[in-house]
Amino acid sequence: MKAEAETASTDKPSSSRSRRTAILGRQPLGLVFAAPYAVFLAAVFAYPLGLAVWISFQDYFFAAPGAQVDRPFVGLENYKTVLGDPAVRRSFLNVIQFLLINVPLTVVLSLVLASALNGAIRGRAALRVAYYIPYVTASVALVAVWLFLFSSGGMVNQLLGPLAPDPSWLVNSALAMPVIAIFVTWKQLGFFILLYLAALQNVPKELYEAAAVDGARRFRSFTNITVPGVRPATVLVVILATITGANLFTEPYLLTNGGGPDGASSSPVLVMYQKGIEQGNPDTASAIGVILVIGVLLISLVNRKLLERD
Amino acid sequence: MKKNVLAVTLMLTLGVTAACGGDSGGSPDAQTTTGPIKIWLSNNPEEIAWGEAMVKAWNAENPNEEVTAQEIPAGQTSEEVIGAAITAGNAPCLVFNTSPAAVPQFQKQGGLVALDSFEGGADYVESRSGDSAQQYQSPDGQYYQIPWKSNPVMIFYNKDIMKEAGVDPENPPLATYDEFLATSQKVVDSGAAEAAIWPAPTSEFFQSWFDFYPLFAAESGGQQLVEDGKATFDSEAGESVANFWATLYAEGLSQKEAYNGDSFADKKAAMSVVGPWAVAVYGDAVNWGVAPVPTSSGMSPEEIYTFSDAKNIGLFSACENQGTAFEVLKFATSEEQDGELLEMTGQMPLRADLQSTYADYFDKNPEYETFADQGSRTVEVPNVPNSIAIWQAFRDEYSASVIFGKGSVSEALAAAAAEATELAGQS
Repeated sequence: MKAEAETASTDKPSSSRSRRTAILGRQPLGLVFAAPYAVFLAAVFAYPLGLAVWISFQDYFFAAPGAQVDRPFVGLENYKTVLGDPAVRRSFLNVIQFLLINVPLTVVLSLVLASALNGAIRGRAALRVAYYIPYVTASVALVAVWLFLFSSGGMVNQLLGPLAPDPSWLVNSALAMPVIAIFVTWKQLGFFILLYLAALQNVPKELYEAAAVDGARRFRSFTNITVPGVRPATVLVVILATITGANLFTEPYLLTNGGGPDGASSSPVLVMYQKGIEQGNPDTASAIGVILVIGVLLISLVNRKLLERD
Repeated sequence: MKKNVLAVTLMLTLGVTAACGGDSGGSPDAQTTTGPIKIWLSNNPEEIAWGEAMVKAWNAENPNEEVTAQEIPAGQTSEEVIGAAITAGNAPCLVFNTSPAAVPQFQKQGGLVALDSFEGGADYVESRSGDSAQQYQSPDGQYYQIPWKSNPVMIFYNKDIMKEAGVDPENPPLATYDEFLATSQKVVDSGAAEAAIWPAPTSEFFQSWFDFYPLFAAESGGQQLVEDGKATFDSEAGESVANFWATLYAEGLSQKEAYNGDSFADKKAAMSVVGPWAVAVYGDAVNWGVAPVPTSSGMSPEEIYTFSDAKNIGLFSACENQGTAFEVLKFATSEEQDGELLEMTGQMPLRADLQSTYADYFDKNPEYETFADQGSRTVEVPNVPNSIAIWQAFRDEYSASVIFGKGSVSEALAAAAAEATELAGQS
């Protein structure tokens, strides 16, 4: 009896401890450290995202505090409106075109340049900085440089002479979006090179030595050792490039003056800005935002499935 | 990337603040309450100088109802900043830069106070601005803005470029579309300038105020873009104006690419669509002349209408001391302060008796006389629901057909008119 009582008395605190452990984890102090970021995520991302989803199902507009306004639930009406709007549909097609150019170009160029910068080449440090500078420079300043290069009377057309496109790059429906895609690729390249450089440090040098002994040339080593060796980084680069590309705004706003010519370079975020902020229709703007978020999530999931496979 | 983060964050923040709710500060008592108030001024140096002098004069006489003035906080446009302030409940009492195009939206947001609700409010607006006040009346028949000042747009031309192109610089033929096109052709063919006229060919909703709309106002004899809930521009006048601009773009007399800077100041364009502010801005830097906007068959200048490019004053519902705000509004638009505004900025107070009231000023500054005369025949943007969406719909169709030559102009106008009429009919 005595032994049973002792067992029961020791079981009680042990089971309550295990309950506490199940809820708070083995190191409850960790929650304290994680809490600030969790609160930040909830307040700055989760709540606004949830609110945007809610707004997309209402006939919603921003109103003064205390103003008596009617903002009824409208179901999928906002989604029907935006999907029926040719300008919105076009903006999504534009951004798909952008991603098809930007993402592969980003992956290929950043991996090739990172491999080159990882080798023993003269002026390596200076080149690494040079590639990183556009990434840390304000877009507005870079756009001014590209306007100088690609406007009708710009340096590129002067060099091309009679071969210059007509209409010029930034007012040409077929060329405006590709120019923006190349601009963004160039601007972001430094960051992605940095990711690949970090990944390259984890590829064992012995593999290259073994390949060299087996007679593999540089290109063969690159395709058979480097590319598979940095696959996790490639997944990250593809997903990040897709997310940042889908949020395209500054470049069509500044470089092609609001998505011109005639909407050929408009993007969903630019249309969101026009509808939500300029025209006071946050309901339809939120619907565009929700569609964009779902689209980006789907693309990212597909990318992950394709690239992470063994 | 910063811009998209900014746009999305601003929108989401507006949503968060709106959902939080709070006190509007717009109780009925507020209309008689007096005390300190805050006002926002436009950010151009001349208007700030006028605003500060006006505030100083008011504060000297009313120490218990002190006015604090500041520039409109930085943002993409004033309208975005004001819209965000309304939602957040921290709009100032008065904004001396309220765009008439944004008033329907601010009104819908519950951000504006009808001036009619103050004793003598509507009478004050109508007695000061005369018949033109009606253009600023909201569909509910009330005034949510006081018509303050206009910048009636006209054609500025560079006399030196005209001379170089072999055109009479003192009297260039610009009255009819044919004359305007022939003069433009001479300018470009001679190489005197890259473009005859270079309005921004960009897609912002307000750009049509400086190409299509002034000429449409003239051609139609003073019609607004939307009247009685219906779009007016799908008409002979609208088509005539749109075809005129389409010819300028098709012939290379206007450029399809935006100029990064001021094409007129940089002498890249021989002409520009401007308001009286241009007199001070271009001053002696450009040897300029001024002409009314052209019409298809030519009209005498005293029959020609144009776009007003007005900026008005709104009284906002977040204001706690609305009694003081209304008195400051009247003080700032008094004959004396309007005279100061004219003197310091060259912009035209929206007064019915402008030229006779300030006859001395116009005698001393004859270069403003033409604008003052034009100021009596101006057309405002329509005060209708979804005003900005209507202008954007118009701009999109205009850009495609007129600037970039895609599809027929008449079909584009018909499509834009159908959309504008539908939008104007929504609440």
